[in-house]
Amino acid sequence: MDRIILHCDMNNFYASVECMLRPELRDKPVAVCGSVEERHGIVLAKNYKAKAYGVKTAEAIWQAKQKCPNLVIVEPHYEQYLRFSKLAREIYSRYTDRIEPYGMDECWLDITGCTRGRSGFEIADEIRRTVKFELGLTISVGVSFNKIFAKLGSDLKKPDAITVIERASFREIVWPLDASEMLGVGRSTTRKLLYYGIHTIGELANAPEELLKHIAGKNGLALKRYASGEDYSPVTHQDYVMPIKSIGHGITTIQDLENSAEVWSIMLELSQDIGSKLMKNKKRAGGVAISIRDNELFSKEWQCQLSLPTQSPSYIAKAAFELFVRGYGWARPIRSVTVRAIYLTDSDAPIQYNVWTDPEKLEKRERLDLAVEAIRNRFGKDAIRNAVLLMPMKLPEERRVELVMPTGMVS
Amino acid sequence: MEKRFYKVYVPVTLDVDSDGNIYPRSIVWEDGHVYEIDRLKYRCRAASTKVGGCGMRYTVMIEGKETYLFEEDGRWFVEAKDAS
Ligand SMILES: [Mg+2]
Repeated sequence: MDRIILHCDMNNFYASVECMLRPELRDKPVAVCGSVEERHGIVLAKNYKAKAYGVKTAEAIWQAKQKCPNLVIVEPHYEQYLRFSKLAREIYSRYTDRIEPYGMDECWLDITGCTRGRSGFEIADEIRRTVKFELGLTISVGVSFNKIFAKLGSDLKKPDAITVIERASFREIVWPLDASEMLGVGRSTTRKLLYYGIHTIGELANAPEELLKHIAGKNGLALKRYASGEDYSPVTHQDYVMPIKSIGHGITTIQDLENSAEVWSIMLELSQDIGSKLMKNKKRAGGVAISIRDNELFSKEWQCQLSLPTQSPSYIAKAAFELFVRGYGWARPIRSVTVRAIYLTDSDAPIQYNVWTDPEKLEKRERLDLAVEAIRNRFGKDAIRNAVLLMPMKLPEERRVELVMPTGMVS
Repeated sequence: MEKRFYKVYVPVTLDVDSDGNIYPRSIVWEDGHVYEIDRLKYRCRAASTKVGGCGMRYTVMIEGKETYLFEEDGRWFVEAKDAS
């Protein structure tokens, strides 16, 4: 199955942020200029109005002013660019955790398996609208089956637009373009390619390997593959920011899990261990996070808050399973399951009950969980189990439990 | 003639519940007048297209009129109409 990769590019990023923060600038030609030294400042970014006058990035302010006498020069505000860059990534992270930033204003997103039946275009368009509404900034998005073409797509139509490049039709869209449009074809490579009569991406794709090797070495062969749509480089995972403290258990199963019942029994099993750990450490879980890795090793995380902090394995398991049912589309069988208790609080801290909680039921539940825990402590882990756990499970023989616990976490 | 807007940062009285949800209750206008917020209608992340900036946007009712109140990095502002 083809991947679905988006490349989101914030248009005229610096200039757009300035115009967004100061609406009075919006209808004027604006250039953000580095003022390392007042008289030698250069244009770092410009808006479309300034572009129309021929103002170019990296030219001197006086040159730009010659072309556009009423050009408004503004100083860069990097802390704002950083802020909007982060806010945009936060929006992207609602769709996938596979986000690879490329500079401050560009990101690749691998949304394979996170589409819930929607097309790449639909998701790209929703992201575009969300960024515009929440941040007041426009992005252009390329949607394709690899990173190179996704990036190319985001350059084709801008601002505030989506370009889809599909496997079936990429030759018509991509091949007529100048080779220099493709990521990886820099200025010197472009010159060399031109020397040998290679102008377009299509010509690059169809050039003899020997020639490309001669022109650019190994890199030349890679460029030919990219031009042919054969870019398999992954979108590297965004570093997942763990909550400060969590207790988690994960399991890689011997056989792939095929249905939700199997996932449920694994989750119950994992939650038993988490419950024990919570009790030992005198903690309650205020939330649950799960991470599911499918048999193609794509993984996805979901998390939720619990209405009441708990140590109860069955509550944790239920919350985990609910997350799973809501989130996982069963595009592929599952290889590994991790459940984590998050938002930990001290178990001797008082709990705020609300009108809808039934303290009696809750207490019963907790007493039962405590009893189960006592038996497990006296007679070993397998002495008592939820009945559902007696079903044959695809747990590894030697239970290879990977503890997912970054530094500073309870173990 | 197109209406002009400007950004007015305002002091705000807030209630915060145990989950950390924030309920703005009143704002103090530039002239010192305190305006009670009659109702919080809606809350979402949004940019202010009129005066710039972005953050959490509260749609509130003040003296029978619907108004946006923004929280941006801990500061609160409203989109004020230019009197001129
Ligand atoms: Mg950009």
